[in-house]
Amino acid sequence: MEIGLGHYLTVAAILFVIGVFGIFLNRKNVIIILMSIELMLLAVNLNLVAFSSFLGDLAGQVFALLILTVAAGEAAIGLAILVIYIRNRGSIAVEDINLMKG
Amino acid sequence: MTISALVFYLFACITVGSAVMVISSRNPVHSVLFLILAFFNSAGLFLLLGAEFLSMILVIVYVGAVAVLFLFVVMMLDVNFTELRQGFLQYLPVGGLIGLILLVELLLVLGSWTVIPDAATFAAARAPDIAAVSNTDAIGRIMYTQYLLPFQTAGAILLVAMIGAIVLTLRHRPGVKRQVISAQVSRTMKTAVEVKKVQPGQGI
Repeated sequence: MEIGLGHYLTVAAILFVIGVFGIFLNRKNVIIILMSIELMLLAVNLNLVAFSSFLGDLAGQVFALLILTVAAGEAAIGLAILVIYIRNRGSIAVEDINLMKG
Repeated sequence: MTISALVFYLFACITVGSAVMVISSRNPVHSVLFLILAFFNSAGLFLLLGAEFLSMILVIVYVGAVAVLFLFVVMMLDVNFTELRQGFLQYLPVGGLIGLILLVELLLVLGSWTVIPDAATFAAARAPDIAAVSNTDAIGRIMYTQYLLPFQTAGAILLVAMIGAIVLTLRHRPGVKRQVISAQVSRTMKTAVEVKKVQPGQGI
């Protein structure tokens, strides 16, 4: 059985759904939510690289590299916000984040 | 079944399994470690796809920077994680339902299309022959020419992220003695030295 594009896309789809599921499951823990977002971005990267490889188009890999950059920046900013939030409130429960009553 | 198919299933199963452990693990430190395992195995999947440069970048950036950042934050924060897990089972049914619907939809999308035979002729950046030009070389050649502007934008995003993280977490504590260079440099002999006339036998 030859491994084709569909196999990789299936793995990426499962990874993405696990990421979404993780956000639902850990509604209170911001750290796990950030990790779930990383998993979803990884799934997107896997999709891009799979298409890039099977269609012979390098643009997908360049785009995956840019997504990697954004993911790294997002993790840094997110964790910085988390650190100052804990410094101020002493908790990371998402339900407490309603200071602005939004 | 060839070796590459076996390796694919190995990497894919470990990736999915460790992703499940990331979201269901009781201890956040274990979550981060499983995240690192997932990243390593998806780097293996990238290698199987022939994207060797991205695979190594994934190990360096995700495992070396992002996951270690997570690990530092998790270990340095003094948070009671057990009470954060309350409501875990409460959200399980609705989350599982939505996840299942999403997965079925994604798989239906996957099963319902085919690639047109001459798709490679529409490539924005045709991948060169791997025997002539390596993957890293080829990415470098188009990254610095065709995709120069997105590359520069990525650099700007990283700069903004770095400055943002520093500005957010920097705090000035009151009562800390700091070095003030301008005050040190602008001292003259008049302000630094005070001459006192000491009477003999009296002291100051």
